[in-house]
Amino acid sequence: MSSPDPIEAIKAEFEDRIVSWEEKSPKRYYITMPREDITKVADFIFAKQGARFIIASGVDTPEAIEILYHFAFDKLNKILTVKVPVPKERCEIESIAPIIDGANWIEREIAELLGVNFLNHPNPKRLLLAEDWPEGKYPLRQEPRRNR
Amino acid sequence: MNQKTIIPVGPFHPLQEEPEFFELEVEGEKVTDITVNIGYNHRSIEKIAESKTFDQMVFLVERICGICSTSHPIANCNAVEDLAGIEIPERAKYIRSIVGELERLHSHLLWAGLAGHFIGYNTLWMWVWKYREPILDLFEAVTGNRNHYAMMKPGGVRQDIEEGAIPALSKGLDEAERKIEMVTKAALDDPVLAARLKGVGILSKEEAIDYCAVGPTARASGVDIDVRKDEPYAAYGLVDWKIITQEEGDVFAKVVVRLLECFESIKIIRQCLQKLKTTKGDIAVQVKEIPPGEGIGHHEAPRGETFHYIRSDGSNMPVRLKVRAPTYVNLPTCKVTVPGESVADATIILAAIDPCYCCTERLVKVIDRERGRKWNWEDLLRLSRKKTERIKKRMGISHE
Repeated sequence: MSSPDPIEAIKAEFEDRIVSWEEKSPKRYYITMPREDITKVADFIFAKQGARFIIASGVDTPEAIEILYHFAFDKLNKILTVKVPVPKERCEIESIAPIIDGANWIEREIAELLGVNFLNHPNPKRLLLAEDWPEGKYPLRQEPRRNR
Repeated sequence: MNQKTIIPVGPFHPLQEEPEFFELEVEGEKVTDITVNIGYNHRSIEKIAESKTFDQMVFLVERICGICSTSHPIANCNAVEDLAGIEIPERAKYIRSIVGELERLHSHLLWAGLAGHFIGYNTLWMWVWKYREPILDLFEAVTGNRNHYAMMKPGGVRQDIEEGAIPALSKGLDEAERKIEMVTKAALDDPVLAARLKGVGILSKEEAIDYCAVGPTARASGVDIDVRKDEPYAAYGLVDWKIITQEEGDVFAKVVVRLLECFESIKIIRQCLQKLKTTKGDIAVQVKEIPPGEGIGHHEAPRGETFHYIRSDGSNMPVRLKVRAPTYVNLPTCKVTVPGESVADATIILAAIDPCYCCTERLVKVIDRERGRKWNWEDLLRLSRKKTERIKKRMGISHE
């Protein structure tokens, strides 16, 4: 790790780009970033600060598809989640798989389950869904909820 | 013309008995590339979770896997507790760790047996599985079930471990330790295992980091990550134990890591049982409402970090549950470990990450319903010997 406190380093590096910053507890950080910056952010956190990429979660919210990139600083007992809202109209974002090999599968999964197009993904094939699953149907997109 | 040969393994794997499909691209005996296809067993657990309450969700995630069936509930409860800011009672912490470590024991032994089976070393398989059996009995004594223990719930555990049960558990552990020690010594000194596994399927430290590998797969490549140490949940911060790592990154190193981890698990369980004698009190706190927000929980399952992310809108059901099982990040490492090796080695390399397995069988009595006949152990043994004799006769090697 290049800096004694990678969380502070990230804060300093992207100071003018961070949309929001939340410290839920000393172990859990959530930051929101614009989608244009995702490759730079992923490269800084993974390659320069030495974090482990745990996984990404896709969440369908009424406003946008949120992609949450979870990074672990194992020895510091901290998990940093980078939230990136992707609007549903132009539902695409740059792939981080060229930077992090471990992100290859999850981006394919989010693409087919939530309909996010990952630009420049090295292998944009389906991962889980069957070959004859209809195009444009995304199982994890929300329908209006009843009985809640 | 550029031609290549592809050996398909799957979609139902003949040895791992799981639905996955490997395409091995070969030149002669050498594997030059590998493609993994999954999705044959997708059950939409994440989607189903959206229609379950927080209490029901624990039962749902317990069914993700039959072997690490307590890992997902622990990770899930950790996530809910992180979301709602719940601190569980100390007694519950020890019980969680006991169940979690018993699971690691039986899971590592299951894998060691299968690894033997995969390289045609069936003696090892039979022995190890025989020694795994009493551990499932311990589970039955503690939880009432051999698998799917239903012990975890947000806020604590569902069942207590009575003080009267502790001596029998300790005795079972002592016996298990003796047997595992014997197997470990035999396996680590075995020339056949060394010849088949050393220097095979090497995952370097850099590759393990690039692929974000976890658990014994990462630790055998010198990456010393372990959620139990790095984020001490349950009782892992309250007892003394150490992370096992190896530097070689080959299949043999993964065997060493798993076998040595068994002793650490026994150490943890022993200390927890001791602490249970002096730590009295509740085994769970009341959880009334889950506030809106987000929670992250992870647990070091036998195969590596199991990760759960939960989002709540304040209702009694989660808006989103994201689950990442360890095999999801460990399996892609085959892209670097398999090419360059022979087809015969590909089997064990692919099995070396301990891909998740979903069945435990037990044999007590076989009933032939049509003839109404019951077969016991001796009958089956006789049957098996008769068959062997028949085959020998057919092959002309019978001594009769």
